[in-house]
Amino acid sequence: MSKEKFDYFIKGEKGKYEVVIGLEVHAQVLSKSKLFSGSSTKFGADPNNQVSLIDSAFPGMLPVINEECIKQAVRTGLGLNAKINNYSVFDRKNYFYADLPQGYQISQYKNPIVGEGKVLLDMPYGSKEIGIERLHLEQDAGKSIHDMDPSNTYVDLNRSGIALMEIVSKPDLRSPDEVNAYIKKLRSIMRYLGTCDGNMQEGSLRADVNVSVRKEGDKNFGTRCEIKNVNSIKFMQMAIEYEAARQVELIENGKKIDQETRLFDTKKNETRSMRSKEDAHDYRYFPDPDLLPLKLEQKLIDDLKKSLPELPDKKKERFVKEYGLNAYEANVLVSEKEISDYYEEVAKQSDKKLAATWMMGDLFAMLNDRGLDISKSPISAKHFAELVQAIKSGEISGRIAKEVFEIMVESGDNPKKIIESKGMKQQSDPKKLEKMINEILSKNKDKVDQYKAGKEKLFGFFVGQVMKLSGGKANPQLTNEILKKLLKG
Amino acid sequence: MADITNQSLNKIIENVKTKKVSSTELTKAYIKNIESAKKLNAFVTTTFDQALDKAKQFDNKPNFDQLLPGIPLAVKDLFCTENTKTTAGSNILNNFIPSYESTVTKNLWNNGSFLLGKLNCDEFAMGSSNETSHYGNVINPVGDQLVPGGSSGGSSSALAADLTPATIGTDTGGSIRQPASFTGTVGLKPTYGLCSRWGIVAFASSLDQAGPMTKTIKDCAIMLESMSGFDEKDSTSINKKKEQYSKNLKDNIKGLKIGIPKEYRVDNMPIEVDELWEKGKKILKDLGAQLIDISLPHTKYALPTYYIVAPAEASSNLARYDGVRYGYRSNQGKDLIEMYEKTRSEGFGDEVKRRILIGTYVLSSGYYDAYYLKAQKVRQLIKKDFDDSFKKIDAILTPSTPSSAFKIGEKTNDPVSMYLNDIFTVPVNLAGLPALSIPAGVDKQGHPLGLQLIGKALDEQKILNIGYAFEKNCGFKNEIKKWWS
Repeated sequence: MSKEKFDYFIKGEKGKYEVVIGLEVHAQVLSKSKLFSGSSTKFGADPNNQVSLIDSAFPGMLPVINEECIKQAVRTGLGLNAKINNYSVFDRKNYFYADLPQGYQISQYKNPIVGEGKVLLDMPYGSKEIGIERLHLEQDAGKSIHDMDPSNTYVDLNRSGIALMEIVSKPDLRSPDEVNAYIKKLRSIMRYLGTCDGNMQEGSLRADVNVSVRKEGDKNFGTRCEIKNVNSIKFMQMAIEYEAARQVELIENGKKIDQETRLFDTKKNETRSMRSKEDAHDYRYFPDPDLLPLKLEQKLIDDLKKSLPELPDKKKERFVKEYGLNAYEANVLVSEKEISDYYEEVAKQSDKKLAATWMMGDLFAMLNDRGLDISKSPISAKHFAELVQAIKSGEISGRIAKEVFEIMVESGDNPKKIIESKGMKQQSDPKKLEKMINEILSKNKDKVDQYKAGKEKLFGFFVGQVMKLSGGKANPQLTNEILKKLLKG
Repeated sequence: MADITNQSLNKIIENVKTKKVSSTELTKAYIKNIESAKKLNAFVTTTFDQALDKAKQFDNKPNFDQLLPGIPLAVKDLFCTENTKTTAGSNILNNFIPSYESTVTKNLWNNGSFLLGKLNCDEFAMGSSNETSHYGNVINPVGDQLVPGGSSGGSSSALAADLTPATIGTDTGGSIRQPASFTGTVGLKPTYGLCSRWGIVAFASSLDQAGPMTKTIKDCAIMLESMSGFDEKDSTSINKKKEQYSKNLKDNIKGLKIGIPKEYRVDNMPIEVDELWEKGKKILKDLGAQLIDISLPHTKYALPTYYIVAPAEASSNLARYDGVRYGYRSNQGKDLIEMYEKTRSEGFGDEVKRRILIGTYVLSSGYYDAYYLKAQKVRQLIKKDFDDSFKKIDAILTPSTPSSAFKIGEKTNDPVSMYLNDIFTVPVNLAGLPALSIPAGVDKQGHPLGLQLIGKALDEQKILNIGYAFEKNCGFKNEIKKWWS
């Protein structure tokens, strides 16, 4: 397979510009309770129904670390091939806001729980490694609701104190496509690990996007702008495209780029300045005196490492080796744990390669049309495997299989029952087929003569006639063979 | 009938146990005392009805096996008390009624005692004279012109005036020991982590520690035993077996090595303080202890270090008082920022504002390294001084304060001279050690003075034992005339 070449540059009048992107992904930790309190983390509860005295920062309340959140962060770090720090510190990030009850966010500043790691992306131009700078734990803030009342702001603290992992990448990303692949890969790893549900609609995964541009070939980075809190991959891509173009235009016009924080307006599809570097908050970070430094025993880390599930990169390798899939197929089938589980169940009971083809074709198209996750598929893996087997054994043709598939989707029945009750079994008896073909040939003597005279295109016509006569049930392979034999004679 | 309140806690407990006095009688006697002592302004809130109910309940179904059977207690208004207003001496919490009980007070109630009222204190425990309270200054029973010390000034005043049989305070830089010294009472700051901080309005989290304030060492042991203990809700709480301080109290201190640090002799220290220190040394020596000269070379940096670390933490701890969820809110603000500004301007007093400003400054970028980070390093050195010394000694004896109680208003316009009052107490907080202030004598004017015994971490029993022996041989008697009633 010939590889495409990387080609994402912004073309200005004075040359080509490379776009440099770094992401700070905020991933909500999957845990029953919050980072420092026992409140539930369930999404969608009535406002202020999952708020403890700690989350709302009542006088004298103290944070206590939720061990499960620590383990989740370590698991994620291990999944990112990162260094786990045995010693980390929780700091206070001080600022005032109505949905920040303590007046500070408990975060990790100088000593994060996870250090450098890496993520592998499969791009059309080959695999690319994206460096992870760090992962740290922090509290989420509450939510300010400005549109419920004309003169008041409402505050919902359900989210206040939920654990977030901030995963900071190195500035290794170079295009919106790479950002797409990176987010999807992170999401996939965390979903495999069960450390974040990756649900972007519910805000479980959001990112701050750092963008700068530089002339192709330049060694030094340009001045970057940070686009805050973008909550979908599509918006991230749009924001990057807009922001990169904006920066190139500034440079081309001889203007300076100000290092600043910007917001992406999803309605106008543009980024807007939020605050400049000079106006940046002074967060006055200092170690939280309510919490002792976090010391992780190596044994805990080792035990967590041993208990990790097989992650997408490893699984992909195995799929190629074990199931004879090509890299592309394996990549698609390991992208979600549920998909890979489904595939493996099908492959166990049917032809491995054919199963992959049919899953990635008809099954995915159907799920996509209906907006369903594979876990909600109307066709069970067992039934799907039976369908694949029916095709493989020649019981039904590929064309009939498509019909059976449709009926399976609607009825949920198993394919055997459908094939039998509708008499869809393929005609594979050579004698019966020969009889049928002879009948057709004798009816179309003129065409037979033309064929023999060299008009070989007519072969398709004869196949069509056989299919018509058999109600589409004639085994196509056998039909071809017999037709060829008889037309020669 | 003799005054049933003019007794040690231990004696009162004995009287209750032997049914010489009922909990109700006791409670009524304290209520009477409190009502006739309004001039002292020791209370912010009283809970008499509730206390009488509890007393009645106790008398109906007494349990004499408890450490504090049927004992009414007033506590510093920094401890959150369920359904009882808790102000921390501040306007910003003037309407705050917690729905929860601090671990320390809950421990006290679980040992048979109940709440008599909430005691005045410096605003957010920031002060050394109880003059920063929004609820007015407290007067020292020793003299009507004198401050009771701070920040636990309501506690020391109430205790010395027989308005509560014992009490608890909090000590961030001396807030238990200095007022104890000023009122001729006993005050103990336990090892950091011995008493839970959960439910105590925070001032400086790495320094705050609750402790007992009592008339005698024995009382102090009883109170410490009742209030201390591991609490999983406080991550800095020490997980260890509970000790029976009162039962294990011993007055034999023969052979113990007492360190005398040369750095605790400061300029312009009144001669009486020096004399008292000498007296203390002699008493301990006569009891068979060995005096050893030691050096704690970084002592002189303790006060500046403290006044960086404590305000830094306070500036962050007090950010939650923003008028959004509870407490005072100004209705003047046009928008969120203005609401914050007005709420905090009107809600906090000058001393609190001063410390928030200092704290914010020392943490800001560009100054962090020079102030906060350096202070943390010095703090480690101060701690190391103590660690090194404690390799060869059992306890350290120093004066508690550089002077006796000063006059109301005398230092309010000079914060630095006010801060200097904590010079002997602050190093202990920075090192997280236990320290006891024991009344030891009086100055020329007859005002009480205390001596401080500093112990190794978790060595409360030992300093209590030394204090116990000292108390028996010191001959100090707190002569307070009840001029206010």
